[in-house]
Amino acid sequence: MNNWVLICVLLMLMALAYQFGLARSRSVAGQGAARMHSRPGYYGLLVALWCGLPALAVFLLWTLFEPGIIRSVVLNQLPPDLAGLQGNELEVLLRRIEQIASGFGVSDQPAAFELAAAERMRSLQNTGRLAMIASMAVLCVAGLVWTLRRIDPQLRARNQVESVFQALLVISSTIAILTTIGIVLSMVGEALHFFRFVNPAEFFFGTVWNPRFSTTGAADQGQFGLLPLLWGTLMVSIIALLVAVPAGLMTAVYMAEYAPAWLRAVAKPVIEVLAGVPTIVYGFFALITVGPFFSVLGQTVGIDIRATSALTAGVVMGIMIIPFVSSLSDDIITQVPRAMRDGSLGLGATKSETVRKVVLPAALPGIVGAFLLAASRAIGETMIVVLAAGNSPILHANPFEAVSTVTVTIVNQLTGDTDFASPQSLVAFALGLTLFVITLSLNIVALYIVRKYREQYE
Amino acid sequence: MEDTVMRATLVNAEKFVGVANGALKMAARDVRVFYGESEALHGVDLDIYENEVLAFIGPSGCGKSTFLRCLNRMNDTIDGCRVTGRIELDGEDIYDRSLDVVLLRARVGMVFQKPNPFPKSIYENIAYGPRLHGLASGRAELDDIVERSLQRAGLWEEVKDRLEQPGTGLSGGQQQRLCIARAIAVSPEVILMDEPCSALDPIATAKVEQLITELSETYTIVIVTHNMQQAARVSRRTAFFHLGNLVEVDDTTKIFTSPSDGRTEDYITGRFG
Amino acid sequence: MHNDDASAPRTDPSTQRRLVERSLARRHGAEKRFRAAGLAAVFFGLGMVALLFASILAKGVPAFWQATVVTEVYFDPEIIKVDPRPVAQPGETPAQLHEREMAWQTQLTMANWNRIIENTLAAHLPEVTDARARARLRQLVTSGERFVLRDRVIADPALIGQRLTLKLLADANVDVWLKGNIDRSLPDSQQQLAPDVRAWADQLHERGVIQMKFNTTLFGNPDSRSSLASAGLAGAFVGSLFMMAIVILLAVPVGVASAVYLEEFAPRNRFTDLIEVNINNLAAVPSIIFGLLGAAVFINWFHMPLSAPIVGGLVLSLMTLPTVIIATRSTLQAIPPSIRQAALGIGASKVQMILHHVLPLALPGILTGAIIGVAQAIGETAPLLLIGMSAFVAAVPATPFDQSTALPVQIYLWQGNELRNFFEARTSAAIIVLLGLMLSLNALAIWLRKRFEKRW
Repeated sequence: MNNWVLICVLLMLMALAYQFGLARSRSVAGQGAARMHSRPGYYGLLVALWCGLPALAVFLLWTLFEPGIIRSVVLNQLPPDLAGLQGNELEVLLRRIEQIASGFGVSDQPAAFELAAAERMRSLQNTGRLAMIASMAVLCVAGLVWTLRRIDPQLRARNQVESVFQALLVISSTIAILTTIGIVLSMVGEALHFFRFVNPAEFFFGTVWNPRFSTTGAADQGQFGLLPLLWGTLMVSIIALLVAVPAGLMTAVYMAEYAPAWLRAVAKPVIEVLAGVPTIVYGFFALITVGPFFSVLGQTVGIDIRATSALTAGVVMGIMIIPFVSSLSDDIITQVPRAMRDGSLGLGATKSETVRKVVLPAALPGIVGAFLLAASRAIGETMIVVLAAGNSPILHANPFEAVSTVTVTIVNQLTGDTDFASPQSLVAFALGLTLFVITLSLNIVALYIVRKYREQYE
Repeated sequence: MEDTVMRATLVNAEKFVGVANGALKMAARDVRVFYGESEALHGVDLDIYENEVLAFIGPSGCGKSTFLRCLNRMNDTIDGCRVTGRIELDGEDIYDRSLDVVLLRARVGMVFQKPNPFPKSIYENIAYGPRLHGLASGRAELDDIVERSLQRAGLWEEVKDRLEQPGTGLSGGQQQRLCIARAIAVSPEVILMDEPCSALDPIATAKVEQLITELSETYTIVIVTHNMQQAARVSRRTAFFHLGNLVEVDDTTKIFTSPSDGRTEDYITGRFG
Repeated sequence: MHNDDASAPRTDPSTQRRLVERSLARRHGAEKRFRAAGLAAVFFGLGMVALLFASILAKGVPAFWQATVVTEVYFDPEIIKVDPRPVAQPGETPAQLHEREMAWQTQLTMANWNRIIENTLAAHLPEVTDARARARLRQLVTSGERFVLRDRVIADPALIGQRLTLKLLADANVDVWLKGNIDRSLPDSQQQLAPDVRAWADQLHERGVIQMKFNTTLFGNPDSRSSLASAGLAGAFVGSLFMMAIVILLAVPVGVASAVYLEEFAPRNRFTDLIEVNINNLAAVPSIIFGLLGAAVFINWFHMPLSAPIVGGLVLSLMTLPTVIIATRSTLQAIPPSIRQAALGIGASKVQMILHHVLPLALPGILTGAIIGVAQAIGETAPLLLIGMSAFVAAVPATPFDQSTALPVQIYLWQGNELRNFFEARTSAAIIVLLGLMLSLNALAIWLRKRFEKRW
C-alpha cells in the first residue's frame, strides 16, 4: 500500500471517528441524565484525534527509522568478505539489492548472496509493512473505542481538544527559538572545529587572506586572516551608508514634511519597490550598468576606477537600503509630536529650521537606531558584493579598487564541493560566526534604542 | 474689496470699541475659516487694542482656538485649511503676500495648550527664537536675553542653576512658563495663548495667571480659555464665540454681569457648555 | 517675581523688525535649498527605480525573441539506421528490457544527426558544396537540436523517412550576430563566427528562414551548458515553485501559530520576552547565515541531499518565519479588544474566540504578510548557494528531493557565463520572469489588503 493511500485512509478513518463521536455524544445527551459538558462537535473531534494521532505518530516514526534498520540488518547478513566494503561500492551493492528486491531486477546475472540479501530485504520490508499497518489499525481502533466509551456528560471534551490545539501553538513558537539555537550551535561547533586547524589569534588578527585550495595540501599552507575581509566589508558598508543615509533621510523628511498628498501617494510605494527587488538583481544591475558607468566616469575624470569595485558595490547597496532607511526614518519623524513643530513654527521658524533644529534632534535616537539597522543590513548583504565588488581580499584603502567581504568569502569557501573536514570549508563558519555576532549586536543595540525612543513619545 | 472692508470698519467701529484706552493693534474683518468644504468660522469681526488682555470664551468647538490661530497664521500649517477675510496688524494685512509669515510670527507669538518645550536644555529653549531671528549679536547678548526672558516669566530663580538641563525635566507649570519665556524672548508685540492653563494644576495656574497680568503691561495678550473664572480674573475684555460665530465682545465685567445676547447669558450661567 | 521695567526683555518693535527682516533672505534661501535637497532625494530614489527597471527591460525584453531556423527536416532513413524499438519479451525482467531499450536509444544517438542538420540547411544554401563549408553550416544551429531531433524519433520511431517542418534554434552566436549584440565591425579574429557563417546567417535571415520567434525554450527547457541557445528556466522555475510550496506549507502555518500563541495565550514572563527578542533579532539576521545553518544542520548532520528544493525550502522557511510571525502579530494587535471581550462575554472559550472571531478578522492581514514573506523568500539567493543549489542541473526536477536550481540562482549562474553577449540578455530575461513572479505575488497581497482591509 502506498504511503499516500495510507494517509488518506487514516484521514477517512478520522472523519468516521468524528461522526461516531458525534453520534455517541448525542445519544448520551438524549438519555438526558445530565447536561453535556461540551458541544457534540468537541466529542467528535476528541474521538477523531485519539483515533488518528497515535497511528500517525507510529507511521512517522516507522517511515523515519525503518529503512535504516532494514539496511543494517541486510548488511549484517552479507558474506564476511564483503564486510569491508566502503563508500561508493557499498552504495552500488545496496542499490542492486534494492532493485532485485523490488522486482525490477538487474541486467546481469545476480550473485547468490545478492539474491539472498534481496530475499531477506523483501521479506523484512513486507513484514515491516504489515506490522506497521497492523499496529496502526490496532491503535486506531483502540483509540476509537476507548474514547467512545469515555464519552459521558462529565468528560471535558472541549478542554481536552483545546489543550491539543494549545500544545501545537506552543510547539510552533519554540521553532523560532530552536532556529536561533541551531544557528548558534552550528556556527560555534563548526567554528571550533576550524580553530583546531588555525589559531584564533591568526584568524582574528591576520592581515593576509590566502586559504589556498583544500586539495593542494595541508592546512598550514593557507593563511586565514580575517582583517582584509572585515576591512572590505567595512568599506563597502560605509559607502552604502554614505549613499543611503542622506538620500533616505532626506526622502523621509520631504515625504513627511513637504510632499503634497498626491506625490506621497505615488512616490512612497514606488520607492518601496526598491526594497522588494531581490539582491541578485541589484548585483546584476551593478555589474552591467553601474560598474561600467563608474569606469567610464573615472576615465573622463582621469581616475582609474575598476568596474567591479568597493565603490560600485557600495553605491548599489546604498540604493538598495534607501527605502529601508526612509521608511524607518519616516515612521520615526512622524512620531515627533505635532506640538513640537507648532512650538517652533509659532516662534517664527521656517519649516526647514523646524525640521533641522527641532524635529531631527528630537528624532535623533530613533534615527540612529534606524542607521544601525541599515548598517547591519549592509554588512550582511551578499549577492551585490559577490557580483560587483571584484573579490580581491587584499588590505588597501582605495574604494576604486576591488575588495572582498566576509559574506563573499563565505560563499566562495562553501560553494563547489563541500567537505566539512578541511579548514578551507570550515572557515566559512568562523566567518559566519563573526558576521552573526556583529549583526546581532548592532540589531540588539538598534532595537533597544528604537524601543526607548518609541516609549518616549507614547 | 478693500473699500468695502474699510467701510465696514467705520460702520462697525462703535460696536467693537469696549474700553478703548490703547491704540488699535489688530483688526479682523469678516474672517471665515474653511476646513476642506465645511465652514468652521462664519465671518468674525473683532478689534484688538494695544496692551489689553482679551479673552475668548465659548463651548468647545465654537471656533475660538481656530480664530486665535488665524492671528499668526498657524492655520497655514494645517492641510486643507483656508482663511478668507482680512486681518490687520498695525494696519497691514497679515494674509498679504508681501508680509512674511516668519516676521508675522516673530511679532505675534504663541503659547500652546500643552506645554511643549523642545527636547533641549532650558537655555537652548529660550535662545532658540533669538538665534533664528538673529536678535542677539553675540553670546553675551544672548545670555542677557535668556536671563531677562526667564526673569520676566518668573522662572529665573527656579532654574538659574540648571540652565543646561533639559527643559522637559521641569514640572508642568514650570514648562508652561518656560514656553512663555521662550515666546517673549523673541520680543513679540502680541502674545496668543491657547488655553495655557488647561494642563496645569491650580497652583501652577495661579502663577501663570499672575504672569499674564504682569505681561499685559508690555504686551498685547489674547487668551483662549475654557475657564470663565480665569477669563474674569485676567482679562479686560471678553469675546464670546458660539458655533463658529462671534456672539459678542465687551468689557469682561459687562459680559459676566449683563450680557446683551441671550446665548452668552445661557453659557455663563451654565445652561450649556 | 521680577517686575521692574528694566528687566523687560523688550527689543523695541522696530529694531526687532529690522533684525528679523535682515535675516529673511538668508533663511528663505536655506529653506529653498533644503526643500530642493529633499525633492532631489525623492527623485534620486524614483530615478533609480526607473533606471533599474529600464536597464533590465532594455536588456531583457529582446531575449524573449530568439533566432530560430524554420525549415523542413527530412528524417533520412539512409542516415538514421536503427533496429526496430525493443518490446517486452516473455520471461524478461524489467531491468533487462530497460537495458535493451537503453541500447536501442544509444544506437539512435549514434546516428549522424549532424548530417541531417547539414542537409536541412544545405537545402536552403545549395551553393555550399565544399565538405568543410558544409560542416560549418552546422554552426548556424545550436548543438542541442540534434538531441531534440533524436528525442522526437524516440518518442515516435515512425518519423523515420518523413519530412517535417520544424523550428530549430539558431546557435547563440548567430542570435548575438543577428541582434547586433556584438560589434559587426570587429575584425574576424574577435568574432565568434567565421565570415562565411555570418554571411549565411544574414542571408537566411533576409530570406525569412531564420526568424525571430517567441522564445518558448526559455520557459520550456532546463538549463544547458553544451547548447547555450537552448538554455531555459524551466528547471529553476519548478525548483522555485517547490520551494515556494514548502515555505507556504511550513513557514505560514507555524508562523501564524506562534504569533497566535504569543499574542493570545503566552503569559508575560521572561520566556516569552526571550521569544520576542529572539524573533525580532532573527528577522534581522543576514540571509547567508541561514544558508550556513542549512549547510551545517541539514546537509552535514542530517545528510539531506545537496541541491534539493526540500533543503532550500526548509532554509527559506526558517528565514521567512520571523516575517510571518511579526506580520501576524501586528495584525492581531490591531484587532480591537472589544471583539475579544464580546466573544468571551457570551461564554466562548479562548480557543473558540480565536478560531471563530479573531482569526477570520485577521485573515487578510495574515495573508498579506505571508505573501510578502513568500515573495521575499523566492528572491533570495545567498543561502541557496551554500546548500549546493548553484550546481548545474540539466533537468526539470520531478520531486522536491531531486537536484534543482532556483530562479535567482539561475540568474547568478547565467550572469557568470562566458558568452556575455548572449547571456546578458538571457539573464535580464530571467530577472524579468523573477520580478514578474514577485510582482504578481505583491499585487495579490495589495489586492487582498484593499479588498478586505478593515479599519478600526
